[in-house]
Amino acid sequence: MRVGVFICHCGRNIADTVDIKKVIEDILKQPHVVCAIDYVYLCAEPGQQIIVDSIRKEKLDAIVVAACTPTLHYETFARAIERGGLNRYMLEMVSIRELVSWVHKDRVEATDKAIRIIRGAIAKVLDNKAYEPIKSRVVKKCLVIGGGIAGITVALDVANAGIPVVLIEKSPTIGGKMAMLSETFPTLDCAQCILTPKMAEVYKHPLIEVHTLSEVVDVSGHLGNFRVKILKRPRKVKIELCRLCGLCERVCPVRVPREFDRGLSERKAIYLPFPQAIPTAYVVDENNCTRCRLCLKVCPTGAIDLDEKSIVVEEEVGAIVIATGYDLYPAERLREYGYGLYKDVVDSLQFERMLSSTGPTEGTIIRPSDKREVKRITFIQCAGSRDEAHLKYCSKICCMYTAKHALLFKERVPDGEVTIFYIDIRAAGKGYEEFIKRVQEEYMINYVRGKASKVYQDVDGDMVVIGFDTLTGERIEVRSDLVVLAVGIIPQMSRELASKLRVPLDEYGFVQEIHPKLRPVELSIPGIFVCGTAHAPKDISESVMQASATAAKVVNLLSKGEITKEPIIAEVDENICSGCRVCVTTCPYGAIEIIDDKAKVNEMLCEGCGICEASCPVDAIKLRNWKEEQLMNVVRAVLGGR
Amino acid sequence: MVEWKPRIVAFLCRWCAGSAAELAGISRLSYPAEIIPIILPCSGRVSPRLIIEAFLNGADGVLIGGCHTPNDCHYISGNFKAFKRVYLLKKLLSQLGMNPMRLRIEWISATEAQKLVRVVEEFLNEVENLGPLGGIFHEKA
Ligand SMILES: Cc1cc2nc3c(=O)[nH]c(=O)nc-3n(C[C@H](O)[C@H](O)[C@H](O)COP(=O)(O)OP(=O)(O)OC[C@H]3O[C@@H](n4cnc5c(N)ncnc54)[C@H](O)[C@@H]3O)c2cc1C
Ligand code: FES
Repeated sequence: MRVGVFICHCGRNIADTVDIKKVIEDILKQPHVVCAIDYVYLCAEPGQQIIVDSIRKEKLDAIVVAACTPTLHYETFARAIERGGLNRYMLEMVSIRELVSWVHKDRVEATDKAIRIIRGAIAKVLDNKAYEPIKSRVVKKCLVIGGGIAGITVALDVANAGIPVVLIEKSPTIGGKMAMLSETFPTLDCAQCILTPKMAEVYKHPLIEVHTLSEVVDVSGHLGNFRVKILKRPRKVKIELCRLCGLCERVCPVRVPREFDRGLSERKAIYLPFPQAIPTAYVVDENNCTRCRLCLKVCPTGAIDLDEKSIVVEEEVGAIVIATGYDLYPAERLREYGYGLYKDVVDSLQFERMLSSTGPTEGTIIRPSDKREVKRITFIQCAGSRDEAHLKYCSKICCMYTAKHALLFKERVPDGEVTIFYIDIRAAGKGYEEFIKRVQEEYMINYVRGKASKVYQDVDGDMVVIGFDTLTGERIEVRSDLVVLAVGIIPQMSRELASKLRVPLDEYGFVQEIHPKLRPVELSIPGIFVCGTAHAPKDISESVMQASATAAKVVNLLSKGEITKEPIIAEVDENICSGCRVCVTTCPYGAIEIIDDKAKVNEMLCEGCGICEASCPVDAIKLRNWKEEQLMNVVRAVLGGR
Repeated sequence: MVEWKPRIVAFLCRWCAGSAAELAGISRLSYPAEIIPIILPCSGRVSPRLIIEAFLNGADGVLIGGCHTPNDCHYISGNFKAFKRVYLLKKLLSQLGMNPMRLRIEWISATEAQKLVRVVEEFLNEVENLGPLGGIFHEKA
């Protein structure tokens, strides 16, 4: 091995503190070093040319550059040695400016330290090998999991950029929770009016394929090339034949609570989830159908097939987006509030349905128990949120939607009385604070600062909320007809699916992004992205913004057709590997598998951290150019003569 | 006689502690030159063997600098792995008769140049008080 060492003065930045002559004297004595050359500004064109010429003249195999930090000029010198005919991985660059001349004053000490650092680099480069970038084909197709507003937005953005999308939704219709909402803060536009055109657009889009009643059952592969197995449960009604006449529904004898109204109304075992559902077709609820076949007899188009079976379809995609959304925290767990025990304690989504003109009560607010008109209503905010016993975090949207609920209630019942228990009002957002102010001032809402401690029903049927007003320091009791719990929100994606996708979750089960500020939609598994409430509690506008950001990343990735990747990854010496699996458990990326008793590294998944190497008991797995022997030599070199 | 000075090897991850060392330079902070940095991809790349090799070759102290737990490691969990290894190795080294204070792990973010300087100075002081590490981990005093 013939090594050339190049030392930069960086004007006087280095040369003033480091005795370059002395460095050269020492370095020339190191084994394998053929030349040691200094120059005033190596990064400048003439400096680079010295390196290029020396490579040819001295027939160098490896280069060490000691100058400023590689963060600044690694690329400059890597290109220079490529021009000289060497592979860029035969370059080691070390800083003797940031790490030496700029932080030390004593010339003797600084010179000694610079020499040690350069000796270390020489020791390392001696065992470096040349590598070529890893290239891989990218499948131009994106999988979106979850058909709420976040998933719908990503699908449309990506498809409109010309990239095909497969959208999978586990329920019979797309639309997600937004479809259930009445009107939406802060502008109060009707949720369905702004959502349903988008749902239709997705379904009609020539580049979007929608699978409802579907879930991901298996994922393999990697960035650019995932293979996904999708389980499609049977709808048992042929979408193209269903005319929505509703005859089937009329004859069906089964009655079960309607999910879309969160149990406030009933549906049959063959049903339409809601009038604007997409796909617009009836669906048979497998679990509750008694197979009486009455529906078959009345269907005029023969659209029903009770024997349709589940199927598994396979898709190859280049990227995956998780948009699996949220659920409400189960209000039954807040025992002190009596949800489930009293019919007149409802959760916030049930109240959305009561407010909705297409809801079970067509927008009039009546008590679920005795159908009496509601005049007095109490909202309990932070029900389950910011509570050590339930959800530690703030669910972010509840202050806003409760204010909206109060406003919509007062519009329907102008002489109604509204009390809201709150801990703090959090209304950071464009127009949000103004919205809350308007509700408080124009609608005469009684905001009580404090936590409600108990809800019970009195003998006369009144719902009594007991709480503590922290502003007056008094215990208070509020009587009302209906109590609405502003329950917190939790992630809907199961841990099982997360582990299939190998995506990390935070302590609450929301998907963990790589970096909350700079890489907010990418995950540590390259090629998988997140958006919407699967990531954290957020409202519609934030979900849509994040979805568009995600779409931009997906388009960026898939539009290239090919991806290249750094080749500095782990390698296994199969002669030594005993298949002990330690590396499999330490790899943060799930990049290592045991095949035929030997570890195997998936080169597309490996990110080159070297954690596996540091934990391998027999030195069988090695990070390219960061091998254990190399680093041991570096340690010995920098400590040489102590 | 030449005055004894401790020798310290610092394994710093490229993303956080290594960047902090760069920033210390850019900000023209200064710290003693007894510390020799070795920059690696991640603190999780530091094997116990590298640490022992450093002690065997004359280091009086070994510092490992990584990204803050829980979420800052560029490779998700390398810092946790490093922490566990250092924890066990400290126990082992102390059973062999070495003062475990000679091995130190610190989380230093890319912006914490001041912290890097403080840690280096503190650590050097501690190691200086312990005195030179004799052959095969033998404490002199
Ligand atoms: C009571 C209430 C009132 C609200 N009012 C407002 C408001 O006025 N204004 C506002 O901006 N926001 C409001 N919000 C918030 C709003 O509902 C959410 O921000 C928005 O619906 C989030 O959309 P999403 O797509 O992330 O999730 P979701 O709407 O939950 O959609 C997720 C979709 O993914 C599907 N899915 C889940 N898991 C899987 C799987 N494994 N495979 C396939 N599909 C899956 C689900 O079936 C669902 O269709 C309100 C929320 C509540 C609770
Ligand atoms: S990258 Fe800094 S500790 Fe892992």
